[in-house]
Amino acid sequence: MRQWRSIAKEAVARASIVVKFLCFLHVTDSYLLSFSHVLGPSMLPTLNITGDVVLVEHLSHRTGKVGSGDLVLVRSPLDPRKTLTKRIVAMEDDKVTFSLDPTRNYSSRSLVVPKGHVWIQGDNLYASRDSRHFGPVPYGLIQGKVFLRVSCAILIAFGFVGKIDLRYLYLLELVIEETC
Amino acid sequence: MGTPSVLWSIANKCFTVGLITVTVSDRFASLVSVRGASMSPTFNPKTNTLLGSLSDDYVLVEKFCLKKYKFSHGDVIVFCSPYDHKEKHVKRIVGLPGEWVRTHYDVVKVPEGHCWVEGDNSASSMDSRSFGPVPLGLVNGRVTHILWPPHRVGSIDRKIIQHRVSPS
Repeated sequence: MRQWRSIAKEAVARASIVVKFLCFLHVTDSYLLSFSHVLGPSMLPTLNITGDVVLVEHLSHRTGKVGSGDLVLVRSPLDPRKTLTKRIVAMEDDKVTFSLDPTRNYSSRSLVVPKGHVWIQGDNLYASRDSRHFGPVPYGLIQGKVFLRVSCAILIAFGFVGKIDLRYLYLLELVIEETC
Repeated sequence: MGTPSVLWSIANKCFTVGLITVTVSDRFASLVSVRGASMSPTFNPKTNTLLGSLSDDYVLVEKFCLKKYKFSHGDVIVFCSPYDHKEKHVKRIVGLPGEWVRTHYDVVKVPEGHCWVEGDNSASSMDSRSFGPVPLGLVNGRVTHILWPPHRVGSIDRKIIQHRVSPS
């Protein structure tokens, strides 16, 4: 009888450590930092078409510190199970001028972003479905702000800067400058 | 000698309890208080007894519906307001994506990924009739049970309104 009790106690102690660790992981993932794999052509040349691993922080959008020019992860208004990575071009009460089809210069529209919404656009206007198609997006759909591309950090850490192609250096500069 | 370690263990316990509470309320279920009369008589009905009008209703909100975002007509949901992400509203789903909803003057098609919500108390409810369809990504959970006041504890029924919605 005593043996079972001590085994049960040890099992509960071990299980509680696992539970605590999982809760810690969830809180860090939702409220602090998380990794995300983003792919697609809509953010060229900033992000790769074949995929990039980025570090996303979840503090700024909760405190309202997200603004124009930030790269954000947004839950898609067309399908809540998908997450999009786009850039905020305008915040609420800003005026936005855009053209649905950038290959034709003469068609453009303007509107004012309503309260509580943001206007998001992909950097690659020719291949991006964004606010120009589905309208301004409520601020509550923003999930986090992208602030680092992991490949950059790894490259810098290993000191490969000298061996990289010049094209990659340009991309590095672009990402650092646009995320700072 | 004993105090720092006692403080440390108390802090440790509080931290653990906090972590577990946050995880459970994000992933499983949470307790939300309903303010206002826009969902009368389901929540906060106007009563003449003292106990009935003392405090707001507390309801259980489940988060399992957020895995697949599959809702049905008549579900009561909690969602962030599209015009102020800090405010949360509790309303009932009347229209699902792709359906046509009949409003006072018009017939509106609910776009993909959105839903049409209305309060049970049509006379005093700010809902999709004023701010349009709500993106499903703003939904925080589905209300399943009333937990307070004790004489109204029970599960919430799905109330389907006839003649307002036509399928796609």
